Amino acid sequence: MRVTQGCFSFLPDLTDEQITAQIQYCIEKGWAVNIEFTDDPHPRNTYWDMWGLPMFDLRDAAGIMMELNECRKVYGDRYIRLSGFDSSHGWESVRLSFIVNRPKEEPGFQLERQESDGRSIRYTTRSYAADRPEGTRYGGK
Amino acid sequence: MNVSLTPSAAPEGAAGPPPLERVDLRREFNEVGIGEVLDQLDRELIGLRPVKTRIREIASLLLIERIRKRMNLTSEVPTLHMSFTGNPGTGKTTVALRIAAILHKLGFVRRGQVISVTRDELVGQYIGHTAPKTKEILKKAMGGVLFIDEAYYLHRPDNERDYGQEAIEILLQVMESQREDLVVILAGYGDRMDKFFASNPGFRSRIAHHIDFPDYSDAELLSIAELMLGDMNYRLSPDARQAFVRYISLRKAQPLFSNARSIRNALDRMRLRQANRLVADLDRVLTVDDIMSLEASDVLASRVFSMSPRATGMAPE
Repeated sequence: MRVTQGCFSFLPDLTDEQITAQIQYCIEKGWAVNIEFTDDPHPRNTYWDMWGLPMFDLRDAAGIMMELNECRKVYGDRYIRLSGFDSSHGWESVRLSFIVNRPKEEPGFQLERQESDGRSIRYTTRSYAADRPEGTRYGGK
Repeated sequence: MNVSLTPSAAPEGAAGPPPLERVDLRREFNEVGIGEVLDQLDRELIGLRPVKTRIREIASLLLIERIRKRMNLTSEVPTLHMSFTGNPGTGKTTVALRIAAILHKLGFVRRGQVISVTRDELVGQYIGHTAPKTKEILKKAMGGVLFIDEAYYLHRPDNERDYGQEAIEILLQVMESQREDLVVILAGYGDRMDKFFASNPGFRSRIAHHIDFPDYSDAELLSIAELMLGDMNYRLSPDARQAFVRYISLRKAQPLFSNARSIRNALDRMRLRQANRLVADLDRVLTVDDIMSLEASDVLASRVFSMSPRATGMAPE
């Protein structure tokens, strides 16, 4: 099951050219661009690891693409996303975030139903990938 | 959609405009606007004949390359990395800024910024510090020009564990693999750069343009001085001009002479003396002319004139 999170996730995967254009947009808006990766695809997982430091004060997307390609070399079997952080007063938050790399196979989620008091049911989603320990979830060693 | 008038120019499957058949070179030249930059170069930089010729050649090559691209005559992106060698104060940094403008106008660098760095900004202080530091600078320079001043300091032959080597390796790798994103210009004094290239053959071969900056002649130094003064709204009185001609020839013979930079420093000191001379007589009414002109006494007060030509040691003030 294809994970859909952030911008553009219902579109076909962006090409490098399209990613470059999005990064350039972020740079021109003055946002800091971050590269993050994770192997826990749960939508409520907000703790992604950062690849390097946030990148600001750059003029051209090529530098960020260089870092992204490095990150893909190391974590090509995980989810990688780019985010643009707007530090200006009143915003101070992520303005744009999109997935740029995903594992080859995404096993999807199990929906667990828990019967609780009365007849009510609590739902939980649990990703099949997260059954395995961190670092080995998508065919990693 | 583009409708081509020549049937042969129809693109095969690929979208986009058909390749050009003929080009009006003059229009192309004016459109790009490098004429302006080159003229400015001629106007504002005195002397440096071989440098200007080389820049013109590079500019022409790039203009033709641009046209070739639009005619679908594919060729490799030309290597644009350069090395500037020459004595101190011969205008290496100034020319690097102009080169960036030219490359930007021709579309060979996308943004046209110049990031000027020295060893300190590239090389770290402990293990694992260098690579991120160098990459940080490279990322900043992407889409523009990276100007590495006194590049030979990157290599310290006396210390084989020096982190400079790591910076050199990263630089070489990026210079090769991201040629269309970044232009690297190395600058430094001639003899030391030669040694640097000798011990890093990879650098020498990755740099297409080795440009040597000659020293300025006395007459050129005088025109430089006048140009600088003009920019600052000063002028030399005829006497002062003669004195300054003598100053230049004396100063050149002394140690630590650094061409245009020495001239600029001399001018700054002359301005000090002129101000001091004007302030000494508070009861005088000054005209614009008084304020603007530097007199012979301002020049002749320099220590250069009192030192014997054979004196060595300290730099004259």
